[in-house]
Parts: sequence; structure tokens; C-alpha cells
Amino acid sequence: MPEYPLSEKIPERLRTPSGLAFESITLETVLDGKVSMEDLRVTSDALEMQAQVAETAGRPQLAENLRRAAELVNIPEDRILEIYQALRPGRGGRQALLELAEDLEKRYHATRCSALVREAAGEY
Amino acid sequence: MTGSLRFRSRANREINKDSFIQEWPETGLVLFNSPADPKPRIRIQGGRIVELDGRPEAEFDILDRFIARRAIDVAIAEESMATDSLAIARMLVDIAVPRASVVRIIGGLTPAKIMEVVNCLNVVEMMMALQKMRARSTPSNQAHVTNKKENPALLAADAAEAVERGFAELETTVGVARYAPFNAMAILIGSQTGRGCALTQCAVEEALGLRLAFLGLTTYAETLSVYGTEQAFHDGDDTPWSKAFLASAYASRGVKVRFTSGTGSEALMGHAEGKSMIYLEARCLLAIKGAGSQGVQNGSISCIALPESLPGGVRGVLAENLIAAMLDLELASGNDAMASHSDIRKASKLMLQFLPGTDFIFSGYSSMPREDNLFGGGNFDAEDLDDYGVLQRDMLVDGGLRPVREAETLAVRRRAAQAIQAVFRELGLPPITDAEVEAAVIARASVDMPDRDVVSDLDAATEFLRRGLGGVDVIRALARQGFRDIAEKILAIQKLRVSGDYLQTSAVVLPDARVQSAVNDPNDYRGPGTGYHLDAARYAEICDIPQALDPRTVGKVDQAPGQIALEESGPAARGTDASEIVIAIGPAFGCALTATLLGLPHGKVLGAMMNGIRQEGMRPRVVKIYATSDCGFVGHAGAQLSGSGIAIGIQSKGTTVIHRRDLEPLNNLELFPQAPNLTLESYRVIGRNAAKYAKRESVLPVPVQIDNMARLKYIVRTTILHLRETEQVDPDRPPQEIAVHLPQTGEGAEHA
Repeated sequence: MPEYPLSEKIPERLRTPSGLAFESITLETVLDGKVSMEDLRVTSDALEMQAQVAETAGRPQLAENLRRAAELVNIPEDRILEIYQALRPGRGGRQALLELAEDLEKRYHATRCSALVREAAGEY
Repeated sequence: MTGSLRFRSRANREINKDSFIQEWPETGLVLFNSPADPKPRIRIQGGRIVELDGRPEAEFDILDRFIARRAIDVAIAEESMATDSLAIARMLVDIAVPRASVVRIIGGLTPAKIMEVVNCLNVVEMMMALQKMRARSTPSNQAHVTNKKENPALLAADAAEAVERGFAELETTVGVARYAPFNAMAILIGSQTGRGCALTQCAVEEALGLRLAFLGLTTYAETLSVYGTEQAFHDGDDTPWSKAFLASAYASRGVKVRFTSGTGSEALMGHAEGKSMIYLEARCLLAIKGAGSQGVQNGSISCIALPESLPGGVRGVLAENLIAAMLDLELASGNDAMASHSDIRKASKLMLQFLPGTDFIFSGYSSMPREDNLFGGGNFDAEDLDDYGVLQRDMLVDGGLRPVREAETLAVRRRAAQAIQAVFRELGLPPITDAEVEAAVIARASVDMPDRDVVSDLDAATEFLRRGLGGVDVIRALARQGFRDIAEKILAIQKLRVSGDYLQTSAVVLPDARVQSAVNDPNDYRGPGTGYHLDAARYAEICDIPQALDPRTVGKVDQAPGQIALEESGPAARGTDASEIVIAIGPAFGCALTATLLGLPHGKVLGAMMNGIRQEGMRPRVVKIYATSDCGFVGHAGAQLSGSGIAIGIQSKGTTVIHRRDLEPLNNLELFPQAPNLTLESYRVIGRNAAKYAKRESVLPVPVQIDNMARLKYIVRTTILHLRETEQVDPDRPPQEIAVHLPQTGEGAEHA
């Protein structure tokens, strides 16, 4: 299990989505534009480490959620909102959800999220 | 029949404004054990749950299916379900069984079985279990921060004060949805002014909430509501899968999420299907666990008055809190909505979460007066904060808050209001005036705030969201406007998103930007001497409420010298004059102490008594007793010296007795034990009565007010003044003859 909290114990292993070192995030780098909001986001690597922490702590469902999150890291926000809307009752319907599941798997390699959406489609 | 006046008086009590009903199980208006609740049962085939609480897979509703697939630990389910419910209930309170072992067994239980387990416990056992089962060792607390006018300066100031007071999370919401980005930004800035590092959220519609989080205007979300029946879930416009996806979406940006559930919601929506509230809540909590949420806020939340109308309602709400902790979920335990008109009932209910401690004792303590609470809540509000501080101190319980001083509070409020004023200026938003800033610093509520141009604000907020401004823009604006400290703190908390550290169960961010969660601060309670305890610093902090005085200074500051001169002229002999009334004063009278408990100057008190004696044609004589500080003995000693055999004994704090030579020391003619009720006029009449006793006249005892609160109000001062007097006792010193020199001012004053 990675040492937790990662930010305290192993900051050198953390990076921003654009590859900046965790410790290079300072007020100066934010002010001179080197760090943007896009950098202040978790990466799939960090989420995988957090999933391992959760798993070791005996929380498999939380770990699964964090691994689904890791799959969503690179999916644009608008697309995430679309998927969420489609999952709400009476929105997309079975076929639309299956197509979404397909897209999640093929385009984003988001297999866990894809399985979740497929499961939801099964309710129609 | 005229009816009882006492019944009529009670009918007007606050408690009788609350609603109470009998159980009605068919509609779900029952806490436990509705006839329609299924019996606990599970059947597993090939590692798959094919029957859940008596329902075969083919008949599963969406919750059954979700719970069967994602929540229940199939590996242990058969063993768990085969264990007697009472045995599991006993494990919950058994200090010999570690929390982790209990969590493992609970992981294999069905909703009906969970209900059966918690129903084996009484409330004290539930509290013991909660103390052991909550996920994080250190308890904490969450505040609501809103106001009716949605004034950004007031929001920022209130947020800053809330964090100063120790709240680890702040939640705001909106009256008008379009205000969302401004409200979120205001509490973000406020929360990082001063101590800093609380997490913040803005409760709005899910899609908007997600957007605010993505923009870095919030750092957690809590509004993911779950219901215990399929129909109620649909009316909430979600499914377990949409909620699970939403949880992952927040986590994908490093944003903390907790779900919301609570007893009564299904019955309120008309979709309880005749099931009991706790059975349905167990389903909710398993669905939440299955969705992979780290935690939940429950405890009936906005429906609280509904379970509370029923028998066992408050116990049931504690039971649902406990179930969340048993399932190893972070627990924000409600106490956030108006639960009763009665202060007695509100405080009693709170104790069930406050005493054992939870991850967040309130999932929204109204940090402003409840008139400004847009959640419709405020069961405890800003007006109750001093009460809360006292409760922590009384019981030495960590309720997550810290006492604050007015000056430091005003300073941090001003800084927060100035910071958001500067950010509005920097980002070209409708100006916040200096007058608004100053009003926000001292405001009790939003009525004390000037009105803003609502239309301009809403247009600007909409444009703000359209431009996609967010956390980094706020940080830059703050730094450019000279608020680098706040900018640094906001950055520190946003930076933690990169690590995902606060995605773990029960995470909070401490003022030094370190994450504390159930992973690095796990609850290791194993009975007395284990688990969370107040360390020396926290103990001192909780005890140091601003109302507490230094007892060494009590009674010193208001003791004005120079009002009386008492001149000792040697040991007092027994008098022979039958018209003589002795006034025997305590050893500190007129020297170490110079005024009574209520601040009546000793000179005036003495003058009034002497006047009363003279008005009856008798002669006052003053002696000072050194051998004792006890009122009865002082009076008794005086009576032994009195030519008439009558004496008034008076302690420095003002307690007075009329004594007679032949009485036992602790007997008396009249005793005035409640010095606070004595006025100068009372003392004059005491002198008069003493004289009348000496003249063997019939005497109407001095009328004394009965004040039930006197002892409560004055016992501390009484004790301290009496300690002062006792310090002056000299057992070997005989009574001294006193010449009194009184100033010629004020009522009853004159030369003796």
C-alpha cells in the first residue's frame, strides 16, 4: 500500500495531469500562469494509489469507485455530465445507455464505468 | 368542568407545539418492524446473491439488485447471516471485539438483518456502539453558512468565523440558483481566511454542483440523495447507478463526496411501501456503500420532525446513524434541521450524537441566526454557540468547536469581507462597498446588511459561470489584491486535490493543510483508556470559554476602597447598656472586602442598619469578629457582647442574621441567607427589627423576596467572597470594638 497521505508521505511521486511535479505547485507558479485549474486535478495514477489505500483499509467499494474515477480523469466534463444525465430515470433508455457503455469502453477504455452503465441499462 | 390550570399552562409549553402521532405501519409511519418488512434471509449460488430478504432475484427491485451486486460481501454473507442478531448486537458494544472484526461481519448482512441487529440495542448501547464504530478517531463538525440576502460579504465573514470556531466543513446553498458561483466563492474565500483549510460545498442541483466542483469553487459535495424504495428514488430523479456514476465523477476531479439519506423521506414522498423507516434506511445505506461513497449524512436530515413524531423516533434516528458507522461509512449525523420547538428536547436529542462523537456531529450547524438559514434548518444556530461551548466544557466532550474571543472574530470577519470585496473588484463583478464590508463585520443577521442590486449580481454570476472562472482565478485575484495569505490557503486545499488524499473515508483538512481521515486517524476505541481523548492543548481550549472568569480576580475589581473607615479600639467587652444593639461584622468587612455580593458598599449597609436601630430609639454598637467567618457564629458572638442581648451578624458578602444571646449559634431570630435580595432598605428594616426584639415588641419579620435563581446566579461569587472572608479569620483574636467613620453621602450614611 502507498504511504498515506500521499501529499505528505510521497509528494515526489505525485504529478498534475499536465505532468508538473506536485511540489512545483506554488503561488508563484499559479500567478505566472504555469499552473492552471486543469493542473489542480487528481491523476489516474494518484487515484489508483488511493484505491489501493482504500482496499488495504478494507473498503473494496470505495476502491472500486476510485478506480472508476481514474477512468473518468481524461473524459471531458461536458461528456461526463451527458453520461450522468443519461443515467437518470427515464432519460436515455436502454439502447442509449448501451451505446454509452460501448463508447466508454472503446473510446476511453473505461471498462468499470462501462460495466456500471451496462448494469443500469439492464434495468430498462 | 373548569379544567386544570396546570394542564392549561403546560399546553402552552414549546413541547406542545411539536406534533406527535401513533404508529401507522401501513404507510411507513413506524421506526422498526412494520408487518410489511421482510424477514432477514440470504441465498447465494455460485458467488451470486439470488435471494435477498425473502425476495428472489427475479423479483428484485433496483435497490435489491444494486445492493446484492455491489454492497454485500458475498464471501462472508452466509456466516454473517447465520450469526444471531443479538450476538452481533453484543459485538457492537463489546470492547473485546475490535471494530474491524465487527465491520467485517456487518459487511455480509442484508437490510432486514441490519435492522434486527440495531433493534437489539437501547440508546445507551447504541451510543457505546457509535463511539466504537465511527470511522475517524477525532470527532469534528460541519456548519451551514447562508443568508437570506445572499450577500457575499456576509457569507465570507460568516464562513471565516465558522472556521475560526473550528468547523471542519462549511456548506452553503442558494435561495436563487443563479447565485451559486458567488455563494460558493464567498465561503471558499471566507473559509481560508484566518485558521483556514476547511472543506466547502454549495448544495445545488447535481449537474450544477458538479460544475462548481470542477471549477474549483467547492471542494466537496454532499447532495447525492438516496431513497429506500424504487419509486422514491425515481421521484428524486436518480437511480443507484446514476448516483454511483456521479460519485466517481466528483472523485475524478479530486472532490470529496458524501451521500445523503435519512428516515422518513420515503413516507413523506408517499412511497414507503408499508416498510419501516429503519429497514428502508438500511437499504439506503447499503446502496450508498455499494456506490462506493466514502460516507453519508443521515439522521433523518430535513425529515427529522416526522420520525420524532413517532414512538422511538429519536432512538431510531440514532440507530440509522449507527448503521452508517457500522457499514464503515463516514457519518455526518444530522442535527441540521428544526427538530423541536422545545430546547429541552433539542438538546436531549443532540446528546445522542454529541456524547459518543461522530465524524461530523452536525451535518450543518447553523453558524448564523436561523432566520438566515436557507436550508430551512438551524436546529442549533449562532445564538446557541455559547451553549454549545459550555456543553463541551461541562462534559469534556470534543464537539468539534473551539471558543473564540470577540476581537479576534471581528478581525477575521473584516479580513474575509475585505478579501471578497477585493476579488469582486479584481474580477469586475458588481462592487461590494466599504459600508457593506463594515456591516458584514458586525452583523447579527442579513437584516443588518445593506441591500444589493440583485439583478446585477445575478447577471454577473451567470456571466461568471459562462466565462468558466474558478478557483485559480480567485487565487490570482486575491494575490494581486494583497491577500496572499488567503490565496496560499486556497491553493493549499486545491493542491491536495492532485493527491486525492481527501477522497478517503472521513477526511478533513487540518489548519496546517494536512489531511486527517479514517486511514491515518482510525478509530481504535477498545474501552476505557483507549480511543480518542482530549489532549492537554485541546482540553485547555475547550475549557477556556470567554465567559469563564479567573476566580482569583472575582470580587476584587468591583471592591471600591475608601468608602468606609473602621477604627479598631481594642478588644470588645460585654456591654451593659440594655438599649445597645450590636452589629457584629465579619473579619473582612470594610477592609479585605468593601462591598456585598451585589456591590452594596459596606459603608452604606452599615449606615442603613444603624439608622434602623436609631429610629427605634436604640443605640448601635459595632464589633468585629475575627474568630469565625460563619454568619451564625458571627451573630452569636455579637449577641454575647450585646447589652440588650440582641445582635445583627453580617458577613462581608451581605448575608445577615438577627441573633439573641440565649440561642444556639446556628439558631436565630431572623436569617437572611440570600444576600442578593437584600436592598439598603432591607438592611434598615433589619436594624429596626433587631431594635424591636430588644424592646420585646412583636415583630413582623422582614419581608424577603424569594428568588429561585439566586443560588444559581451567585453561588460562585458567594463562594469566592466567602473564601476571601475566611482568609481573614484569626481564631486567636478576640472581638474588637469598632468606631465607624462613614462618608456623609448616600442613603443611610452617617457618623457613628
